[in-house]
Amino acid sequence: MTVDARPSGGALVDQFEYGLNSPICLTWELTYACNLSCLHCLSSSGKRDPQELTTAQCEDLIDELQRMQVFYVNIGGGEPTIRPDFWHLLEYSVAHNVGVKFSTNGSRITPSRAEWLASTDYVDVQVSLDGATAGVNDVLRGEGTHAVALRALDNLANAGFADAKLSVVVTRENVHQLEAFKDIADSRGATLRLTRLRPSGRGADVWDDLHPTAEQQRDLYEWLVAAGDNVLTGDSFFHLAALGDPLPGLNLCGAGRVVCLIDPIGDVYACPFAIHDRFMAGNVLTDGGFGHVWRESELFAELRSPQSGGACSSCSAYDSCRGGCMAAKFFTGLPLDGPDPECVKGNSVDALADPSRIIPSASQDHSRPSARQRPNHACDESPLSTTTFISLETLMAQQ
Amino acid sequence: MLDRKLRLSSKVALRPEPFGALAYHFGNRKLTFLKRPELVEVVRRLDGAQSLRSILTECSIPQDLWNVYTDSLTRLMDSEMIDQIEEDSGP
Repeated sequence: MTVDARPSGGALVDQFEYGLNSPICLTWELTYACNLSCLHCLSSSGKRDPQELTTAQCEDLIDELQRMQVFYVNIGGGEPTIRPDFWHLLEYSVAHNVGVKFSTNGSRITPSRAEWLASTDYVDVQVSLDGATAGVNDVLRGEGTHAVALRALDNLANAGFADAKLSVVVTRENVHQLEAFKDIADSRGATLRLTRLRPSGRGADVWDDLHPTAEQQRDLYEWLVAAGDNVLTGDSFFHLAALGDPLPGLNLCGAGRVVCLIDPIGDVYACPFAIHDRFMAGNVLTDGGFGHVWRESELFAELRSPQSGGACSSCSAYDSCRGGCMAAKFFTGLPLDGPDPECVKGNSVDALADPSRIIPSASQDHSRPSARQRPNHACDESPLSTTTFISLETLMAQQ
Repeated sequence: MLDRKLRLSSKVALRPEPFGALAYHFGNRKLTFLKRPELVEVVRRLDGAQSLRSILTECSIPQDLWNVYTDSLTRLMDSEMIDQIEEDSGP
């Protein structure tokens, strides 16, 4: 870590660029197993990985998080509740002063489970829904999933669980439904959380067709500014800061600095949207534990070094957006020191149109075979049919 | 403020960081950043001290900066990170 280069005093965001002793926002994906096959799944989940951490290994990791004073983790997957030891690990974590927010598709949030959750302290639940109507949602997440998510939110509300989160990935198809999402959340005493569609995992297959248009991004920005602190974003839309005043949050890429991801087999990645060998810092089992990886990995040291703005440094908005999201650039085949693929100044249009752009091939895929089947009927006019890019792997094989 | 007896809430943990510390309240889940190592030291010394004034003196904080510290501690009280110890009328 380049601690000696760290300025003393000054803005927090400048401090964060040099990293922290422990992460503030740690995501832990407990399993790659999932009962759904969402088209935009960040982690290409579906099938369990045989090397997933055992219960004892998970407990050891929680013990270490407690020692590192990681005060809460965001647990996801896959569908984390599929793990038979999920509820045990939840209790274990809370008992060790590591609070939990977990993300779920809602399928296992029964009335009795909701009551149990309402009786726990220090647990937060986030239910995913990507369309305010079944028509929009179920295309992306699967038949019947809109009803399942709403039932989970109802069960939580009826059990008296306060302030659940309704988590929505903003797409070209649902961006006009923001008010409707807000109503769904409000009517159940929940809080709306909006996040950005990333071209990560299976998201790479649908990103071209589903990421909001430039006009939609402007509308989204205005809506978020008006909503202020009433809507959560997990600092997801900092690339929009170039449109005007910054949105609430850090407005900084926290990857490897204040944020990281631990995957189901214990691999540590720079952020939840960067599950790729390029951003793998180490493994909690084979590289001396999570703390060692967090403090000593070469990748994280690189991410905590002063970054060059590259092609963006001459842009008037660079101080606002700082070049945008590293993962979004990487998975669309753009240079990491250039503009975000959704640059609001339009500075990535040429690079995206470049025919020599190469989309990196995935370094893991736990999708069930059916999840990557593309519609192959000429009459299928699904807006989600994918544009096929030639992968780096295929190119190499051809040479 | 200077003459109050204060203490770190029992629900708060301080995590050392290169810039100072991070304070986390396990009850209201608020996260606060203490951006000066000197402020962290003052907060760590609250328990058992006679008053904020005595800590600032012990820590050799220049008197013209005391208002910065009283402001910071007032904000920490507002977010329930530190409590005021009520003076009982008798033993």
